[in-house]
Amino acid sequence: MKLNPKLYKSDVEQEPIRAGFGRGLVAAGRDNNQVVALCADLTESTQMEAFAKEFPERFVEIGVAEQNLVTAAAGMALAGKIPFVSSYAAFSPGRNWEQIRTTICLNETNVKIAGSHAGVSVGPDGATHQMLEDIALMRVLPKMRVIVPCDSMEAEKATMALAATEGAAYIRLAREKTPVVTTRDTPFMLGKAQVLREGTDLTMIACGPMVYQALIAAEHLSEAGIKVEVINCATVKPLDDATILASVRKTRAVLTAEEAQAAGGLGGAIAELLGEQEPLPLARVGMQDHFGESGNPNELLEHFKLTAPHIAERARELLRARRARA
Amino acid sequence: MWAMTTEELEKMANTIRQDIIKMLVEAGSGHSAGPLGMADIFTAMYFVILKHDPKNPDWPERDRLILSNGHIVPVRYATMARAGYFPVKELMTLRKFGSRLQGHPERLRLPGLETTSGPLGSGLSQASGIAKAWQMDGIKNRWVYCLMSDGEQDEGNTWEGAMFAAKYKLANLIAIADRNNIQIDGPTEEVMPLEDLRAKWEAFGWHVIEIGGHDFTQIIGACHTAKAIENKPVMIIAHTIPGKGVDFMEYDYHWHGKPPNPEEARKALHELRTLGGRIRSEHQ
Repeated sequence: MKLNPKLYKSDVEQEPIRAGFGRGLVAAGRDNNQVVALCADLTESTQMEAFAKEFPERFVEIGVAEQNLVTAAAGMALAGKIPFVSSYAAFSPGRNWEQIRTTICLNETNVKIAGSHAGVSVGPDGATHQMLEDIALMRVLPKMRVIVPCDSMEAEKATMALAATEGAAYIRLAREKTPVVTTRDTPFMLGKAQVLREGTDLTMIACGPMVYQALIAAEHLSEAGIKVEVINCATVKPLDDATILASVRKTRAVLTAEEAQAAGGLGGAIAELLGEQEPLPLARVGMQDHFGESGNPNELLEHFKLTAPHIAERARELLRARRARA
Repeated sequence: MWAMTTEELEKMANTIRQDIIKMLVEAGSGHSAGPLGMADIFTAMYFVILKHDPKNPDWPERDRLILSNGHIVPVRYATMARAGYFPVKELMTLRKFGSRLQGHPERLRLPGLETTSGPLGSGLSQASGIAKAWQMDGIKNRWVYCLMSDGEQDEGNTWEGAMFAAKYKLANLIAIADRNNIQIDGPTEEVMPLEDLRAKWEAFGWHVIEIGGHDFTQIIGACHTAKAIENKPVMIIAHTIPGKGVDFMEYDYHWHGKPPNPEEARKALHELRTLGGRIRSEHQ
């Protein structure tokens, strides 16, 4: 029920995560006429186009001005609107962090920030456009929710949930086609992490497109008798401590996976939680304090060790190290 | 809101300047020049121009006053207290632990503040966003004022907001720039030249009005004119004297970011109470 029946098959459906955001925004716009959309000259890329076509009077083209993007949105929120703003994540929240901090978080305005084209899988555009620090940047802000959907289906539900929930939020979107992990019937709740696959030997906690990679790694490891629990941590902040702690107390080993800097990202968040509540062996798959570069998405994911075989290998190393210590 | 004569407005502004001095010396930190320089404009805003209700600060139909350069907030606090938003004695809590009167304004701490500001250059865009939302809702007879400094016109965000407001013809937006020619590091034209400021705003598609910022007739008249301008946002460049009313502070950029010490405060208050020595007995 929770997972796409074709998940482990080669013909699993694929769709860009950002496409789900586009659909969710239109649905949110139909539900509530206070929902407005602002974009910084990337309306098609960030998938705001459908909203702009259906609600032209509620769409605001901002131009290449990311500081104005979020501050004008803060003003619109002060006047009662529910603004969604979009750009590439490298520019928003990459460039306008202080404005987000002051006029959205400290000011407690109801603004939703969509950062598209996050991660190295942006590909040929290269390091300037491959946003890797956004999770860390947004996660440290008080009042900010951080949502990293694992597929287009979840992005659609998350977008609608954000529109219906008061408060600042960041939703991270990826450009490339991503296997659809969940189904229309998979429940989604802001703030809730979801166990997608149960196991007893190791917990993998992933977000975004890495959820699929973690599931494939888990499937692969099961063939060797290693039972992996996989958690989709779509809400990186506030972290669902209860679900995560319940899982890791059972498995006693943890691996995180994200297409972002592991430092300060999901890996950072989990390390903080474990460090305080349940110190356990931890491996963090993600970008390791370096930038991306041009290339096609698959070769970059391979190069930076962000694929299922690499995740499986890290899991094996982690379990070997645990055995050696025991 | 209030029917006040020019003389009464001048007296109110003088009282507010005294409040500012008392607040700053009590706080032991804060900005002197900007708040004193903007006392007349704030008095005009709260006692003549704004449609507002101090007893109902969340009244939906109120005009909005966005203070972009949050560091001059002592003048806003003092004016709000005098207008009846909160007790005047609370002014002495400025910058102290637990106070609603934060060093830079925070919307959620004190009813009536409209937004949180301090980091410069983001007020105009927020004011524009409010005007844009009203435009979507077909609201016409309501105004959003953005009070800003000249120093923050160094900020890129300011000009992004300027382009946005002009593009969408946000006629319900009126900006007032405090052209006092100083910023922290010195005179604006030395730190980062702004002139020709009028031409810049006109080139950005705004209607520009220049006034003397200590003349109530000009301040009120400019706001009336601004409201009558259709299809364009309006920039009122208000030429002011930093530190206005206190002789040893006037025109001196060193007073941008520091408070008077107790002795300086005593001198400043004496000067304000005697209206610069023009009257013998102190008023207030």
